[in-house]
Amino acid sequence: MLPKHLRRLEAESIEIMRDVVAEFKRPVMLYSIGKDSSVMLHIAIKAFYPAKLPFPLLHVDTTWKFREMISFRDATARRLGLDLIVHVNKEGLARGINPIDSGSALHTQVMKTDALKQALDLHGFDAAFGGARRDEEKSRAKERILSFRSAGHVWDPRNQRPELWSLFNTRIRQGETMRVFAMSNWTELEVWEYIMIEKIPVVPLYFAKQRPIVRRNGATIMVDDQRLPLNRDETPEMRMIRFRTLGCYPLSGAIESDATTIEDIVAEMQTTTVSERQGRLIDTDEAASMEKKKREGYF
Amino acid sequence: MFTNPTTEPVPARTKDQLRFITCGSVDDGKSTLIGRLLHDSKMIYHDQLTALERDSVKHGSTGNDIDFALLVDGLEAEREQGITIDVAYRFFTTPRRSFMVADTPGHEQYTRNMATGASHAQLAIILIDARKGVMVQTRRHSFICSLLGIRHVVLAVNKIDLVAYNKECFDRIARDYLAFAAGLSFTSIVPIPISARYGDNVVDRSAHANWYHGPCLLEHLESIDIQSGTASQAFRFPVQWVNRPNPDFRGYAGSIASGRISTGDEIVVAASGRTTRVKRIVTHDGDLVAAEAEDAVTITLEDEIDISRGDILSRPDDRPKVADQLAAYVIWMDREPLAPGRNYVLRIGSQTISGSITAIRHRIDVNTCEHLAAGTLSLNEIAFCDVVTATPAVFDPYDLNRKTGSFIVIDRYTNRTVGAGMIAFPLRRATNIARQALSVHRMERAALKNQKPCVIWFTGLSGAGKSTIANLVDQKLFAMSRHTMLLDGDNLRHGLNADLGFSETDRVENIRRVGEVAKLMADSGLIVICSFISPTRAERDRVRSLVGKEEFIEVFVDTPLEECARRDPKGLYSKVKSGKIKNFTGIDSCYEAPATPEVHLRTMEQTLEHSAEAVVDILMARSILDG
Repeated sequence: MLPKHLRRLEAESIEIMRDVVAEFKRPVMLYSIGKDSSVMLHIAIKAFYPAKLPFPLLHVDTTWKFREMISFRDATARRLGLDLIVHVNKEGLARGINPIDSGSALHTQVMKTDALKQALDLHGFDAAFGGARRDEEKSRAKERILSFRSAGHVWDPRNQRPELWSLFNTRIRQGETMRVFAMSNWTELEVWEYIMIEKIPVVPLYFAKQRPIVRRNGATIMVDDQRLPLNRDETPEMRMIRFRTLGCYPLSGAIESDATTIEDIVAEMQTTTVSERQGRLIDTDEAASMEKKKREGYF
Repeated sequence: MFTNPTTEPVPARTKDQLRFITCGSVDDGKSTLIGRLLHDSKMIYHDQLTALERDSVKHGSTGNDIDFALLVDGLEAEREQGITIDVAYRFFTTPRRSFMVADTPGHEQYTRNMATGASHAQLAIILIDARKGVMVQTRRHSFICSLLGIRHVVLAVNKIDLVAYNKECFDRIARDYLAFAAGLSFTSIVPIPISARYGDNVVDRSAHANWYHGPCLLEHLESIDIQSGTASQAFRFPVQWVNRPNPDFRGYAGSIASGRISTGDEIVVAASGRTTRVKRIVTHDGDLVAAEAEDAVTITLEDEIDISRGDILSRPDDRPKVADQLAAYVIWMDREPLAPGRNYVLRIGSQTISGSITAIRHRIDVNTCEHLAAGTLSLNEIAFCDVVTATPAVFDPYDLNRKTGSFIVIDRYTNRTVGAGMIAFPLRRATNIARQALSVHRMERAALKNQKPCVIWFTGLSGAGKSTIANLVDQKLFAMSRHTMLLDGDNLRHGLNADLGFSETDRVENIRRVGEVAKLMADSGLIVICSFISPTRAERDRVRSLVGKEEFIEVFVDTPLEECARRDPKGLYSKVKSGKIKNFTGIDSCYEAPATPEVHLRTMEQTLEHSAEAVVDILMARSILDG
């Protein structure tokens, strides 16, 4: 049985998802393979049970995800019988965009943001669920649960609709879309508590293990495959590490940790002194950078 | 197969969540207080603190000290202006409770944001600057909190350090506030002397104000009993979504707004008056015997009755109100002022209904609580209004139920959320009469005729070909042995509507009557074909919501004005030309073409015969002719 605060958060997320499915023509769930996506998917299955998920899942693949993420994704899709769409920005790939030579900003813009917009347009999705939470980052704290995007996926912080009670304004015109953050009010700790109690499988990279790493600009980067060019003075060393957030492997900083089980992670979470986003290299590009990316259509 | 590695199970913490709002004027120190709460309850991480120290030098207003306000002011523009301009939600957890804080701005023009934050809160922290005492803004914030249904208040007398921790000063402010707040509907008010900047009485007890023996702020937030009591109230279940994965399962998904329900309990659908019993309470974790307020469940019923999104299930002996006229407090949230009488979209629970605010009884000055006369409402103004809906709404007074007593107002053209409302009471005596459920249902009548009822609505300019195509469709359906009825504008004006002219009001009344007649005919199982110019979207939408959008088929007969004038089958255009007719649609009176008609017939590109076939095709596609 879930404790009261988690039961309330779960019920709130379910209510949002059902509302969106009832009101929009073609919703989709953005599936990023991470812990938040795992929880979001789990809640969605609960929300529509006994019916099958009334929308497909979309994974925007930058081709630089950890290998374990991809095998986890495919295993999850098989296990749950999901309708999973994988989208890659083919033009970006052809232009050779990658996080190492192109830089994290351009790579994220082309392979993530542009790719997402392409996929939404291609399939005509009018509402897209995302697992972002308000506690992640300062500009997220003001984000609506239903975040309105005008044609071209533009987010204008001054043109967001007031949200009172749980009464959502779902009306949009042709070409306009809605991003739906059904887990807005969850915190990182609550996500982990929920994963523990509900026994939701997550990518093994979240658990500490000896893994090959190099250190760059103060970040701990895992050498996940041959594509990561090593400097002459760099030799990967084995370290007991895990990840708090997952993305493209050259852009995801690991933390040193002994948390090998889900219970260890919850315990670590209760005493940690650094924030979740500290390991994300893309957020530190420039001040207020998340807000900039969101205006451009980043999730 | 992936499974998470586990060690021995950790016992689940039993905690609950408190959602609160902070309100205060500019410079009262709201953001600083929240920053302080987060910091002192160890919710700020090292990397955030480092960024904060860096930002404090660049943007801060506290000299060399850390400016906690920068922790919560998010957007770039706000940082530059040094004010919070939107609602931000913050989270922190203690071993006893988890908290969600809505940080809302204090500027007068942002009443809208305060109301938004308050709608999510169970408690309000009202900040007062100890040097200034109870101000106009304090009254405004308190009034809005009270109106939005917040019952618990903490009066945080901030900057107590700047009055040298003076007890008399604190006592005087508390006394003033309690005297003022006696007129509002708070059940608990707890005054606490604090210094957000130095941390006195926020998380840790103040070493300076040792005359204060009450709780610290956090201690109070952790221990206050905020039992909402919604589980012990009348049962309300707004249906959100009909779950129909296969012909053997039909469940109604929703979150219980209040009360509790068990399998076998008798329930009634408020709008239709139909009763049945709860068969199962389905969840992914297994069926439940009973469920209560805030649970998200799927309910199945003993009898198959017609229920859709927007319906509210209740117990037969304790029903919500059903009325198409009601009185409500409305907060206006848009730059474009309220137009009384204009048609808006109202979202009441999961119901979406056309409606208008027909009269403003009085506007309320939020600073003095005075009642003022008003003809319209501007941004951030609050008024007590009469609301009329196109179809009856199901609701409770907001005082009794925040979930079923609230609504938002949406502009149908800009789609902006322009207002928010709290229902006071229904306006018609007739609401005491619960709707009589008919024992022969409309679908059964229609099934007898081997069809499904619907209203096919032809709209277009005079001379566009509406009546001709409508006639053809009628003939085709008749040939298929379907039971139809054709309502034509000109014909109805000879009888039912003989008393109406062509003024704006008469035109609206004309279409209203036609809509009601079409609905009665559809209720008797007929396929009703209507042919009316019906130039405005608002009146067509009104008929659409009256009939129900599933059964309304709008057919736009699209012929250019020049072509209509050339054909001029009734000689009307030549009369307009010679000045014998005024208010003629398309000439000196506007025609609003449908944005998304179910059928769009371009008569310059296809024959009348093809046009009629296109209409019959959509009837087939919608299984209307299937019986």
